Amino acid sequence: MTGARTVVRRGGLYSILSIFAIFSTFPFYWMVIATFKRDHDLFSPTNNPFLFNEPPTMDHLRLLIFETHFLTYLLNTFLVGMAVVAITLAVAVPAAYSLARWARGWGEMFGIGIFLTYLVPPTILFIPLSRFASVLGLQESLWSLILIYPTFTIPFCTWLLMGFFKTIPRDIEEQAMIDGLSRLGAMVKVVLPLAVSGILTIIVFAFTLSMHEFIYALTFISVSAHKTVSIGVPTELVRGDVFQWGPLMAGALLASIPVAVVYTFFLDRFIAGFTMGAVK
Amino acid sequence: MRGETSITGSGIRDRADLLARFMIAPAVLYITAMIGFPFIFAILYSLSDATTGDPSLHLIGFGNFRAVLADPVFRISLKNTFIFAFVSQTLVILLSRILATALMAEFRGKWIIRFLVMLPWTAPISLGTIGWLWMFDSIFSPIDWIFRYTGLLGTPGALLGPMQNLYWLGEPALAMISVITVHIWRLLPLATVIQLAGLSSIPRDLLEAAEVDGARAWRRTLEITIPLTLPIISIAFLFGLVFTFTDMTVVYVLTRGGPIHMTQVLSTWTFFKGIEGGDLAQGAAVSLFMFPVLAGIAALVLRLARRSEVV
Repeated sequence: MTGARTVVRRGGLYSILSIFAIFSTFPFYWMVIATFKRDHDLFSPTNNPFLFNEPPTMDHLRLLIFETHFLTYLLNTFLVGMAVVAITLAVAVPAAYSLARWARGWGEMFGIGIFLTYLVPPTILFIPLSRFASVLGLQESLWSLILIYPTFTIPFCTWLLMGFFKTIPRDIEEQAMIDGLSRLGAMVKVVLPLAVSGILTIIVFAFTLSMHEFIYALTFISVSAHKTVSIGVPTELVRGDVFQWGPLMAGALLASIPVAVVYTFFLDRFIAGFTMGAVK
Repeated sequence: MRGETSITGSGIRDRADLLARFMIAPAVLYITAMIGFPFIFAILYSLSDATTGDPSLHLIGFGNFRAVLADPVFRISLKNTFIFAFVSQTLVILLSRILATALMAEFRGKWIIRFLVMLPWTAPISLGTIGWLWMFDSIFSPIDWIFRYTGLLGTPGALLGPMQNLYWLGEPALAMISVITVHIWRLLPLATVIQLAGLSSIPRDLLEAAEVDGARAWRRTLEITIPLTLPIISIAFLFGLVFTFTDMTVVYVLTRGGPIHMTQVLSTWTFFKGIEGGDLAQGAAVSLFMFPVLAGIAALVLRLARRSEVV
Protein backbone atom coordinates (compact mmCIF):
# COMPACT_ATOMS: atom_id res chain seq x y z
CA MET A 1 0.00 0.00 0.00
CA THR A 2 2.62 2.54 1.02
CA GLY A 3 4.93 1.07 -1.61
CA ALA A 4 2.39 1.73 -4.34
CA ARG A 5 1.91 5.24 -2.99
CA THR A 6 5.64 5.96 -3.18
CA VAL A 7 5.73 4.71 -6.76
CA VAL A 8 2.86 7.04 -7.71
CA ARG A 9 4.56 9.96 -5.96
CA ARG A 10 7.90 9.28 -7.63
CA GLY A 11 6.15 8.94 -10.97
CA GLY A 12 4.43 12.28 -10.42
CA LEU A 13 7.69 13.94 -9.43
CA TYR A 14 9.55 12.62 -12.46
CA SER A 15 6.78 13.60 -14.87
CA ILE A 16 6.66 17.16 -13.51
CA LEU A 17 10.44 17.44 -13.76
CA SER A 18 10.47 15.99 -17.28
CA ILE A 19 7.84 18.44 -18.50
CA PHE A 20 9.85 21.37 -17.18
CA ALA A 21 13.13 20.00 -18.51
CA ILE A 22 11.61 19.52 -21.98
CA PHE A 23 10.12 23.03 -22.00
CA SER A 24 13.44 24.55 -20.94
CA THR A 25 15.62 22.65 -23.39
CA PHE A 26 13.28 22.56 -26.39
CA PRO A 27 14.91 25.46 -28.28
CA PHE A 28 18.39 24.08 -27.57
CA TYR A 29 17.33 20.66 -28.82
CA TRP A 30 16.44 22.28 -32.15
CA MET A 31 19.75 24.03 -32.27
CA VAL A 32 21.49 20.67 -32.04
CA ILE A 33 19.20 19.14 -34.67
CA ALA A 34 19.50 22.04 -37.12
CA THR A 35 23.27 22.26 -36.70
CA PHE A 36 23.82 18.78 -38.07
CA LYS A 37 20.84 18.38 -40.37
CA ARG A 38 21.17 18.60 -44.15
CA ASP A 39 19.33 21.54 -45.71
CA HIS A 40 17.25 19.22 -47.86
CA ASP A 41 16.10 17.35 -44.76
CA LEU A 42 15.63 20.51 -42.67
CA PHE A 43 13.49 22.25 -45.26
CA SER A 44 10.97 19.50 -46.01
CA PRO A 45 7.82 20.27 -44.04
CA THR A 46 6.69 16.65 -44.25
CA ASN A 47 9.88 15.18 -42.77
CA ASN A 48 9.82 14.34 -39.08
CA PRO A 49 11.64 17.35 -37.59
CA PHE A 50 12.77 15.42 -34.50
CA LEU A 51 14.90 12.93 -36.42
CA PHE A 52 17.68 12.80 -38.96
CA ASN A 53 15.89 11.52 -42.05
CA GLU A 54 19.14 11.84 -44.01
CA PRO A 55 22.65 11.31 -42.63
CA PRO A 56 23.92 14.22 -40.45
CA THR A 57 26.34 16.74 -41.95
CA MET A 58 29.14 19.01 -40.78
CA ASP A 59 28.52 21.54 -43.57
CA HIS A 60 26.77 24.13 -41.39
CA LEU A 61 29.54 24.11 -38.82
CA ARG A 62 32.17 24.43 -41.55
CA LEU A 63 30.29 27.33 -43.11
CA LEU A 64 29.88 29.03 -39.74
CA ILE A 65 33.51 28.78 -38.79
CA PHE A 66 35.24 29.41 -42.11
CA GLU A 67 32.83 31.60 -44.04
CA THR A 68 31.39 33.93 -41.42
CA HIS A 69 32.94 36.20 -38.79
CA PHE A 70 31.89 33.81 -36.02
CA LEU A 71 35.40 33.35 -34.61
CA THR A 72 35.90 37.12 -34.70
CA TYR A 73 32.68 37.57 -32.73
CA LEU A 74 33.94 35.11 -30.14
CA LEU A 75 37.27 36.90 -29.91
CA ASN A 76 35.56 40.31 -29.59
CA THR A 77 33.28 38.97 -26.89
CA PHE A 78 36.25 37.58 -25.03
CA LEU A 79 38.24 40.84 -25.24
CA VAL A 80 35.31 42.97 -24.10
CA GLY A 81 34.51 40.50 -21.32
CA MET A 82 38.07 40.49 -19.95
CA ALA A 83 38.35 44.28 -20.01
CA VAL A 84 34.98 44.66 -18.29
CA VAL A 85 36.06 42.15 -15.64
CA ALA A 86 39.22 44.17 -14.97
CA ILE A 87 37.35 47.47 -14.64
CA THR A 88 34.65 45.90 -12.50
CA LEU A 89 37.18 44.38 -10.11
CA ALA A 90 39.15 47.61 -9.80
CA VAL A 91 36.04 49.61 -8.93
CA ALA A 92 33.73 47.16 -7.16
CA VAL A 93 36.18 45.51 -4.74
CA PRO A 94 37.22 48.70 -2.90
CA ALA A 95 33.69 50.12 -3.04
CA ALA A 96 32.17 46.95 -1.60
CA TYR A 97 34.77 46.75 1.14
CA SER A 98 34.24 50.37 2.06
CA LEU A 99 30.46 49.93 2.21
CA ALA A 100 30.65 46.70 4.19
CA ARG A 101 33.03 48.04 6.82
CA TRP A 102 32.48 51.74 7.17
CA ALA A 103 29.04 52.54 5.85
CA ARG A 104 26.95 54.55 8.24
CA GLY A 105 24.62 57.38 7.34
CA TRP A 106 25.74 58.62 3.92
CA GLY A 107 27.50 55.33 3.26
CA GLU A 108 24.35 53.32 3.71
CA MET A 109 22.56 55.64 1.31
CA PHE A 110 25.31 55.02 -1.24
CA GLY A 111 24.92 51.28 -0.80
CA ILE A 112 21.20 51.40 -1.49
CA GLY A 113 21.75 53.92 -4.28
CA ILE A 114 24.25 51.63 -5.98
CA PHE A 115 21.83 48.75 -5.84
CA LEU A 116 18.99 50.88 -7.20
CA THR A 117 21.05 51.91 -10.22
CA TYR A 118 20.82 48.26 -11.23
CA LEU A 119 17.14 48.97 -11.81
CA VAL A 120 17.84 51.78 -14.32
CA PRO A 121 17.67 49.74 -17.51
CA PRO A 122 19.83 49.99 -20.64
CA THR A 123 16.62 50.68 -22.52
CA ILE A 124 16.48 54.15 -20.91
CA LEU A 125 20.22 54.82 -21.11
CA PHE A 126 21.11 53.70 -24.61
CA ILE A 127 19.90 56.82 -26.42
CA PRO A 128 21.99 59.31 -24.40
CA LEU A 129 24.91 56.84 -24.23
CA SER A 130 24.88 56.48 -28.01
CA ARG A 131 25.47 60.25 -28.18
CA PHE A 132 28.22 60.01 -25.54
CA ALA A 133 29.93 57.30 -27.59
CA SER A 134 29.85 59.33 -30.77
CA VAL A 135 31.03 62.52 -29.04
CA LEU A 136 33.99 60.52 -27.70
CA GLY A 137 34.56 59.08 -31.18
CA LEU A 138 33.94 55.54 -29.96
CA GLN A 139 31.11 54.48 -32.24
CA GLU A 140 31.83 51.17 -34.01
CA SER A 141 34.59 50.52 -31.47
CA LEU A 142 34.80 47.78 -28.87
CA TRP A 143 35.98 50.50 -26.47
CA SER A 144 32.46 51.90 -26.32
CA LEU A 145 31.25 48.55 -24.96
CA ILE A 146 34.18 48.30 -22.54
CA LEU A 147 33.38 51.77 -21.22
CA ILE A 148 29.63 51.20 -20.89
CA TYR A 149 29.20 47.58 -19.79
CA PRO A 150 30.39 48.38 -16.25
CA THR A 151 27.13 50.35 -15.88
CA PHE A 152 25.44 47.05 -15.15
CA THR A 153 28.35 45.01 -13.75
CA ILE A 154 29.59 47.52 -11.15
CA PRO A 155 26.31 48.06 -9.25
CA PHE A 156 25.47 44.39 -9.10
CA CYS A 157 28.98 43.14 -8.29
CA THR A 158 29.46 45.79 -5.60
CA TRP A 159 26.22 44.75 -3.96
CA LEU A 160 27.12 41.08 -4.16
CA LEU A 161 30.63 41.53 -2.79
CA MET A 162 29.39 43.75 0.02
CA GLY A 163 27.42 40.78 1.32
CA PHE A 164 30.55 38.66 1.10
CA PHE A 165 32.70 41.09 3.06
CA LYS A 166 30.05 41.39 5.74
CA THR A 167 30.35 37.67 6.49
CA ILE A 168 34.07 38.04 7.31
CA PRO A 169 34.39 38.89 11.03
CA ARG A 170 36.00 42.23 11.91
CA ASP A 171 38.18 40.57 14.59
CA ILE A 172 40.38 39.17 11.83
CA GLU A 173 41.40 42.65 10.68
CA GLU A 174 41.74 43.93 14.23
CA GLN A 175 44.06 41.05 15.03
CA ALA A 176 46.12 41.76 11.90
CA MET A 177 46.44 45.41 12.88
CA ILE A 178 47.58 44.51 16.37
CA ASP A 179 50.17 42.32 14.62
CA GLY A 180 51.49 45.46 12.91
CA LEU A 181 49.66 45.70 9.58
CA SER A 182 48.19 49.04 8.52
CA ARG A 183 44.42 49.39 8.05
CA LEU A 184 44.89 49.08 4.26
CA GLY A 185 47.36 46.23 4.74
CA ALA A 186 44.82 44.33 6.84
CA MET A 187 42.32 44.59 4.01
CA VAL A 188 44.69 43.64 1.18
CA LYS A 189 46.69 40.91 2.93
CA VAL A 190 44.11 39.37 5.23
CA VAL A 191 40.54 40.06 4.07
CA LEU A 192 40.96 39.82 0.27
CA PRO A 193 42.45 36.30 0.40
CA LEU A 194 39.44 35.24 2.49
CA ALA A 195 37.07 36.74 -0.07
CA VAL A 196 38.55 34.86 -3.04
CA SER A 197 35.35 32.93 -3.73
CA GLY A 198 33.35 36.16 -3.73
CA ILE A 199 35.81 37.77 -6.10
CA LEU A 200 35.74 34.73 -8.37
CA THR A 201 31.95 35.02 -8.41
CA ILE A 202 32.00 38.62 -9.61
CA ILE A 203 34.59 37.73 -12.26
CA VAL A 204 32.22 35.11 -13.62
CA PHE A 205 29.23 37.46 -13.50
CA ALA A 206 30.96 40.44 -15.04
CA PHE A 207 32.05 38.16 -17.87
CA THR A 208 28.76 36.35 -18.45
CA LEU A 209 26.66 39.51 -18.15
CA SER A 210 28.90 41.18 -20.75
CA MET A 211 28.50 38.18 -23.00
CA HIS A 212 24.71 38.26 -22.65
CA GLU A 213 24.41 41.98 -23.38
CA PHE A 214 22.46 42.83 -26.52
CA ILE A 215 21.05 46.38 -26.63
CA TYR A 216 24.23 48.45 -26.32
CA ALA A 217 26.09 46.23 -28.76
CA LEU A 218 23.22 46.48 -31.24
CA THR A 219 23.10 50.27 -30.88
CA PHE A 220 26.82 51.04 -31.06
CA ILE A 221 28.25 48.44 -33.44
CA SER A 222 27.15 47.86 -37.01
CA VAL A 223 30.44 46.82 -38.64
CA SER A 224 30.44 43.04 -38.80
CA ALA A 225 34.09 42.61 -37.81
CA HIS A 226 33.49 44.47 -34.51
CA LYS A 227 30.39 42.63 -33.39
CA THR A 228 30.13 40.48 -30.30
CA VAL A 229 28.61 37.04 -30.46
CA SER A 230 25.24 37.99 -28.94
CA ILE A 231 24.51 40.43 -31.78
CA GLY A 232 26.73 38.96 -34.50
CA VAL A 233 24.85 35.67 -34.71
CA PRO A 234 21.28 37.10 -34.78
CA THR A 235 22.06 39.98 -37.16
CA GLU A 236 24.73 38.71 -39.55
CA LEU A 237 23.38 35.24 -40.21
CA VAL A 238 19.98 36.61 -41.12
CA ARG A 239 20.17 38.54 -44.38
CA GLY A 240 16.93 40.41 -44.91
CA ASP A 241 14.36 37.69 -44.72
CA VAL A 242 16.76 34.90 -45.63
CA PHE A 243 17.67 32.83 -42.60
CA GLN A 244 20.77 30.69 -42.87
CA TRP A 245 19.19 28.32 -40.41
CA GLY A 246 21.94 25.72 -40.15
CA PRO A 247 24.86 28.07 -39.38
CA LEU A 248 22.54 30.34 -37.36
CA MET A 249 21.54 27.55 -35.01
CA ALA A 250 25.11 26.22 -34.89
CA GLY A 251 26.35 29.65 -33.84
CA ALA A 252 23.68 30.00 -31.17
CA LEU A 253 24.49 26.55 -29.83
CA LEU A 254 28.29 26.90 -29.76
CA ALA A 255 28.17 30.29 -28.06
CA SER A 256 25.54 29.56 -25.45
CA ILE A 257 26.48 26.17 -24.02
CA PRO A 258 29.95 26.97 -22.59
CA VAL A 259 28.78 30.16 -20.90
CA ALA A 260 25.75 28.32 -19.52
CA VAL A 261 27.96 25.63 -17.98
CA VAL A 262 30.16 28.17 -16.19
CA TYR A 263 27.23 30.29 -15.09
CA THR A 264 25.39 27.31 -13.58
CA PHE A 265 28.16 26.75 -11.05
CA PHE A 266 27.74 30.27 -9.70
CA LEU A 267 23.98 30.64 -9.99
CA ASP A 268 23.24 30.31 -6.29
CA ARG A 269 25.54 33.20 -5.47
CA PHE A 270 23.91 35.31 -8.15
CA ILE A 271 20.57 34.68 -6.48
CA ALA A 272 22.03 35.53 -3.09
CA GLY A 273 22.53 39.03 -4.50
CA PHE A 274 18.83 39.42 -5.18
CA THR A 275 17.52 37.89 -2.02
CA MET A 276 19.99 39.23 0.50
CA GLY A 277 17.42 41.66 1.83
CA ALA A 278 14.52 39.26 1.80
CA VAL A 279 15.94 36.16 3.48
CA LYS A 280 18.39 36.19 6.26
CA MET B 1 56.73 56.92 15.40
CA ARG B 2 55.13 54.07 13.50
CA GLY B 3 53.22 52.99 16.60
CA GLU B 4 51.98 56.51 17.02
CA THR B 5 50.55 56.82 13.51
CA SER B 6 48.40 53.76 13.99
CA ILE B 7 47.02 55.21 17.20
CA THR B 8 46.46 58.79 16.13
CA GLY B 9 45.76 57.63 12.57
CA SER B 10 47.59 60.31 10.62
CA GLY B 11 48.88 58.12 7.74
CA ILE B 12 46.46 57.56 4.84
CA ARG B 13 46.86 53.80 5.13
CA ASP B 14 45.45 53.93 8.64
CA ARG B 15 42.85 56.65 8.32
CA ALA B 16 39.62 54.66 8.07
CA ASP B 17 37.55 57.75 7.28
CA LEU B 18 39.81 58.74 4.37
CA LEU B 19 40.13 55.17 3.11
CA ALA B 20 36.37 54.77 3.18
CA ARG B 21 35.87 57.79 0.91
CA PHE B 22 38.84 57.03 -1.29
CA MET B 23 37.74 53.47 -1.97
CA ILE B 24 34.14 54.27 -2.78
CA ALA B 25 34.96 57.32 -4.90
CA PRO B 26 35.64 55.48 -8.20
CA ALA B 27 32.31 53.66 -8.01
CA VAL B 28 30.38 56.82 -7.18
CA LEU B 29 32.15 58.79 -9.92
CA TYR B 30 31.61 56.09 -12.53
CA ILE B 31 27.94 55.65 -11.65
CA THR B 32 27.35 59.40 -11.66
CA ALA B 33 29.10 59.83 -15.01
CA MET B 34 27.72 56.78 -16.81
CA ILE B 35 24.27 56.30 -15.27
CA GLY B 36 23.28 59.55 -13.52
CA PHE B 37 24.47 61.86 -16.28
CA PRO B 38 22.96 59.88 -19.17
CA PHE B 39 19.71 59.66 -17.25
CA ILE B 40 19.56 63.45 -16.99
CA PHE B 41 20.43 63.65 -20.68
CA ALA B 42 17.57 61.26 -21.48
CA ILE B 43 15.23 63.75 -19.81
CA LEU B 44 16.85 66.71 -21.62
CA TYR B 45 16.61 64.93 -24.99
CA SER B 46 12.95 64.19 -24.39
CA LEU B 47 12.36 67.95 -23.99
CA SER B 48 14.38 68.86 -27.10
CA ASP B 49 14.15 68.45 -30.85
CA ALA B 50 17.42 66.49 -31.22
CA THR B 51 17.85 64.02 -34.07
CA THR B 52 20.85 61.92 -35.06
CA GLY B 53 21.35 64.38 -37.93
CA ASP B 54 21.30 67.43 -35.64
CA PRO B 55 21.96 66.23 -32.10
CA SER B 56 22.32 69.68 -30.52
CA LEU B 57 20.05 70.37 -27.57
CA HIS B 58 17.28 72.90 -28.28
CA LEU B 59 14.73 72.61 -25.54
CA ILE B 60 11.20 72.79 -26.93
CA GLY B 61 9.12 71.74 -23.94
CA PHE B 62 6.67 68.88 -23.70
CA GLY B 63 5.84 68.65 -27.41
CA ASN B 64 7.49 65.23 -27.74
CA PHE B 65 5.39 63.74 -24.98
CA ARG B 66 2.23 65.08 -26.63
CA ALA B 67 3.31 63.70 -30.00
CA VAL B 68 4.22 60.36 -28.49
CA LEU B 69 0.93 60.05 -26.59
CA ALA B 70 -1.03 60.76 -29.77
CA ASP B 71 0.83 58.03 -31.66
CA PRO B 72 -1.24 54.82 -31.92
CA VAL B 73 1.90 52.66 -32.09
CA PHE B 74 3.02 54.11 -28.76
CA ARG B 75 -0.30 53.16 -27.18
CA ILE B 76 0.01 49.60 -28.46
CA SER B 77 3.58 49.49 -27.10
CA LEU B 78 2.52 50.75 -23.69
CA LYS B 79 -0.32 48.25 -23.46
CA ASN B 80 1.87 45.36 -24.68
CA THR B 81 4.65 46.20 -22.23
CA PHE B 82 2.21 45.80 -19.34
CA ILE B 83 0.50 42.72 -20.77
CA PHE B 84 3.76 40.90 -21.52
CA ALA B 85 5.30 41.68 -18.13
CA PHE B 86 2.30 40.95 -15.91
CA VAL B 87 0.93 37.91 -17.73
CA SER B 88 4.33 36.25 -18.08
CA GLN B 89 5.41 36.97 -14.49
CA THR B 90 2.13 35.79 -12.95
CA LEU B 91 2.53 32.50 -14.79
CA VAL B 92 6.23 32.38 -13.91
CA ILE B 93 5.44 32.64 -10.20
CA LEU B 94 2.92 29.80 -10.38
CA LEU B 95 5.14 27.55 -12.50
CA SER B 96 8.33 28.27 -10.54
CA ARG B 97 6.48 27.36 -7.34
CA ILE B 98 5.69 23.92 -8.79
CA LEU B 99 9.19 23.44 -10.16
CA ALA B 100 10.89 24.61 -6.95
CA THR B 101 8.75 22.25 -4.86
CA ALA B 102 9.70 19.38 -7.16
CA LEU B 103 13.38 20.30 -6.96
CA MET B 104 13.22 20.27 -3.14
CA ALA B 105 12.73 16.49 -3.30
CA GLU B 106 15.73 14.17 -3.28
CA PHE B 107 16.16 12.23 -6.49
CA ARG B 108 18.82 10.79 -8.76
CA GLY B 109 20.31 13.00 -11.45
CA LYS B 110 19.28 16.24 -9.77
CA TRP B 111 22.30 18.16 -11.08
CA ILE B 112 21.51 17.37 -14.70
CA ILE B 113 17.85 18.39 -14.31
CA ARG B 114 18.99 21.57 -12.60
CA PHE B 115 21.45 22.37 -15.37
CA LEU B 116 18.78 21.80 -18.01
CA VAL B 117 16.04 23.88 -16.37
CA MET B 118 18.53 26.73 -15.76
CA LEU B 119 19.68 26.87 -19.40
CA PRO B 120 17.20 29.56 -20.51
CA TRP B 121 18.65 31.95 -17.94
CA THR B 122 22.32 31.00 -18.21
CA ALA B 123 22.53 31.08 -22.03
CA PRO B 124 22.62 34.49 -23.76
CA ILE B 125 19.03 35.57 -24.34
CA SER B 126 19.49 36.69 -27.93
CA LEU B 127 20.82 33.24 -28.84
CA GLY B 128 18.17 31.33 -26.92
CA THR B 129 15.49 33.35 -28.69
CA ILE B 130 16.93 32.21 -32.02
CA GLY B 131 16.01 28.66 -31.01
CA TRP B 132 12.44 29.88 -30.49
CA LEU B 133 12.48 31.59 -33.88
CA TRP B 134 12.69 28.16 -35.45
CA MET B 135 9.91 26.81 -33.20
CA PHE B 136 7.65 29.57 -34.50
CA ASP B 137 8.81 29.44 -38.14
CA SER B 138 6.01 30.09 -40.60
CA ILE B 139 6.58 26.88 -42.58
CA PHE B 140 8.94 24.58 -40.68
CA SER B 141 7.68 25.13 -37.12
CA PRO B 142 8.10 21.84 -35.22
CA ILE B 143 5.06 22.84 -33.13
CA ASP B 144 2.92 22.98 -36.28
CA TRP B 145 4.40 19.65 -37.36
CA ILE B 146 3.31 18.05 -34.08
CA PHE B 147 -0.20 19.47 -34.53
CA ARG B 148 -0.33 18.17 -38.11
CA TYR B 149 1.02 14.78 -37.04
CA THR B 150 -1.63 14.43 -34.33
CA GLY B 151 -4.36 15.53 -36.70
CA LEU B 152 -5.15 18.79 -34.92
CA LEU B 153 -4.11 20.88 -37.91
CA GLY B 154 -3.98 20.76 -41.67
CA THR B 155 -6.93 18.54 -42.61
CA PRO B 156 -10.46 19.72 -43.42
CA GLY B 157 -12.39 19.85 -40.15
CA ALA B 158 -9.28 19.71 -37.94
CA LEU B 159 -9.57 21.41 -34.55
CA LEU B 160 -7.02 24.15 -35.26
CA GLY B 161 -8.05 24.67 -38.88
CA PRO B 162 -7.36 23.28 -42.33
CA MET B 163 -4.20 25.31 -43.11
CA GLN B 164 -0.82 23.62 -42.97
CA ASN B 165 0.57 26.23 -40.54
CA LEU B 166 -0.59 28.49 -37.72
CA TYR B 167 1.80 31.37 -38.62
CA TRP B 168 2.83 32.00 -35.01
CA LEU B 169 4.64 35.24 -35.63
CA GLY B 170 2.28 36.43 -38.37
CA GLU B 171 -1.02 36.40 -36.46
CA PRO B 172 -1.23 39.20 -33.83
CA ALA B 173 -2.74 37.04 -31.06
CA LEU B 174 -0.35 34.15 -31.66
CA ALA B 175 2.61 36.52 -31.90
CA MET B 176 1.73 37.92 -28.47
CA ILE B 177 1.42 34.41 -27.07
CA SER B 178 4.84 33.62 -28.59
CA VAL B 179 6.49 36.62 -26.93
CA ILE B 180 4.90 35.77 -23.57
CA THR B 181 6.01 32.15 -23.91
CA VAL B 182 9.63 33.17 -24.47
CA HIS B 183 9.50 35.54 -21.49
CA ILE B 184 8.12 32.76 -19.29
CA TRP B 185 10.79 30.40 -20.59
CA ARG B 186 13.53 32.93 -19.88
CA LEU B 187 12.49 34.05 -16.37
CA LEU B 188 11.30 30.68 -15.02
CA PRO B 189 14.81 29.60 -13.92
CA LEU B 190 15.50 32.84 -12.03
CA ALA B 191 12.19 32.68 -10.17
CA THR B 192 12.72 28.99 -9.44
CA VAL B 193 16.11 29.49 -7.80
CA ILE B 194 14.76 32.42 -5.77
CA GLN B 195 11.80 30.30 -4.65
CA LEU B 196 14.15 27.42 -3.81
CA ALA B 197 16.08 29.76 -1.53
CA GLY B 198 12.79 30.71 0.13
CA LEU B 199 11.58 27.15 0.55
CA SER B 200 14.84 25.94 2.05
CA SER B 201 14.84 28.81 4.56
CA ILE B 202 11.65 27.50 6.22
CA PRO B 203 12.60 25.75 9.47
CA ARG B 204 11.99 22.02 9.05
CA ASP B 205 10.78 21.54 12.62
CA LEU B 206 7.96 24.02 12.03
CA LEU B 207 6.58 21.90 9.19
CA GLU B 208 7.12 18.70 11.13
CA ALA B 209 5.36 20.07 14.21
CA ALA B 210 2.41 21.06 12.04
CA GLU B 211 2.36 17.57 10.54
CA VAL B 212 2.38 15.98 13.99
CA ASP B 213 -0.50 18.27 14.97
CA GLY B 214 -2.40 16.77 12.06
CA ALA B 215 -2.30 19.71 9.63
CA ARG B 216 -2.87 18.44 6.11
CA ALA B 217 -0.48 19.22 3.28
CA TRP B 218 -2.65 21.98 1.75
CA ARG B 219 -3.06 23.64 5.16
CA ARG B 220 0.67 23.52 5.77
CA THR B 221 1.19 25.16 2.37
CA LEU B 222 -1.51 27.77 2.94
CA GLU B 223 -0.68 28.66 6.52
CA ILE B 224 3.06 28.12 6.80
CA THR B 225 4.89 27.90 3.49
CA ILE B 226 3.14 30.69 1.60
CA PRO B 227 3.11 33.31 4.39
CA LEU B 228 6.74 32.59 5.27
CA THR B 229 7.95 32.74 1.67
CA LEU B 230 5.78 35.67 0.62
CA PRO B 231 8.57 38.27 0.85
CA ILE B 232 10.82 36.18 -1.35
CA ILE B 233 8.03 35.39 -3.81
CA SER B 234 7.49 39.13 -4.08
CA ILE B 235 11.19 39.65 -4.79
CA ALA B 236 11.04 37.05 -7.57
CA PHE B 237 7.94 38.71 -9.01
CA LEU B 238 9.32 42.25 -8.84
CA PHE B 239 12.67 41.39 -10.43
CA GLY B 240 10.88 39.36 -13.08
CA LEU B 241 8.75 42.42 -13.80
CA VAL B 242 11.82 44.63 -14.14
CA PHE B 243 13.50 42.22 -16.54
CA THR B 244 10.46 41.67 -18.78
CA PHE B 245 9.23 45.26 -18.58
CA THR B 246 12.53 46.65 -19.86
CA ASP B 247 13.57 43.79 -22.14
CA MET B 248 14.11 44.56 -25.79
CA THR B 249 15.90 41.43 -26.97
CA VAL B 250 13.01 38.97 -27.09
CA VAL B 251 10.70 41.15 -29.17
CA TYR B 252 13.55 42.44 -31.34
CA VAL B 253 14.83 38.99 -32.29
CA LEU B 254 11.44 37.28 -32.46
CA THR B 255 9.10 39.72 -34.24
CA ARG B 256 10.80 43.14 -34.58
CA GLY B 257 7.51 44.42 -33.16
CA GLY B 258 5.47 42.90 -35.98
CA PRO B 259 3.09 41.95 -37.44
CA ILE B 260 2.37 45.67 -38.13
CA HIS B 261 3.48 46.83 -34.64
CA MET B 262 1.13 44.43 -32.85
CA THR B 263 3.89 43.16 -30.51
CA GLN B 264 5.77 46.45 -30.20
CA VAL B 265 6.86 47.32 -26.64
CA LEU B 266 8.25 50.53 -25.13
CA SER B 267 11.87 49.36 -25.39
CA THR B 268 11.70 48.26 -29.03
CA TRP B 269 9.70 51.35 -29.98
CA THR B 270 12.41 53.47 -28.32
CA PHE B 271 15.00 51.71 -30.45
CA PHE B 272 13.09 51.94 -33.73
CA LYS B 273 12.17 55.57 -33.19
CA GLY B 274 15.31 56.86 -31.51
CA ILE B 275 18.11 54.89 -33.16
CA GLU B 276 16.83 53.47 -36.45
CA GLY B 277 14.47 56.39 -37.08
CA GLY B 278 17.01 58.90 -35.80
CA ASP B 279 14.51 60.84 -33.67
CA LEU B 280 16.53 60.97 -30.46
CA ALA B 281 14.05 63.30 -28.77
CA GLN B 282 10.93 61.19 -29.24
CA GLY B 283 12.88 58.00 -28.60
CA ALA B 284 13.99 59.37 -25.23
CA ALA B 285 10.42 60.44 -24.47
CA VAL B 286 9.14 56.91 -25.18
CA SER B 287 11.81 55.32 -22.97
CA LEU B 288 10.99 57.60 -20.04
CA PHE B 289 7.51 56.13 -19.81
CA MET B 290 9.17 53.07 -18.30
CA PHE B 291 10.57 55.07 -15.43
CA PRO B 292 7.53 55.59 -13.13
CA VAL B 293 6.89 51.85 -13.07
CA LEU B 294 10.54 51.10 -12.33
CA ALA B 295 10.61 53.68 -9.55
CA GLY B 296 7.50 52.08 -8.04
CA ILE B 297 9.06 48.63 -8.19
CA ALA B 298 12.28 49.96 -6.62
CA ALA B 299 10.29 51.46 -3.74
CA LEU B 300 8.55 48.11 -3.17
CA VAL B 301 11.85 46.21 -3.22
CA LEU B 302 13.29 48.61 -0.65
CA ARG B 303 10.27 48.26 1.61
CA LEU B 304 10.48 44.48 1.43
CA ALA B 305 14.18 44.52 2.22
CA ARG B 306 13.71 46.90 5.13
CA ARG B 307 10.77 45.05 6.64
CA SER B 308 12.63 41.74 6.72
CA GLU B 309 15.61 43.43 8.35
CA VAL B 310 13.40 44.27 11.32
CA VAL B 311 12.30 40.64 11.69
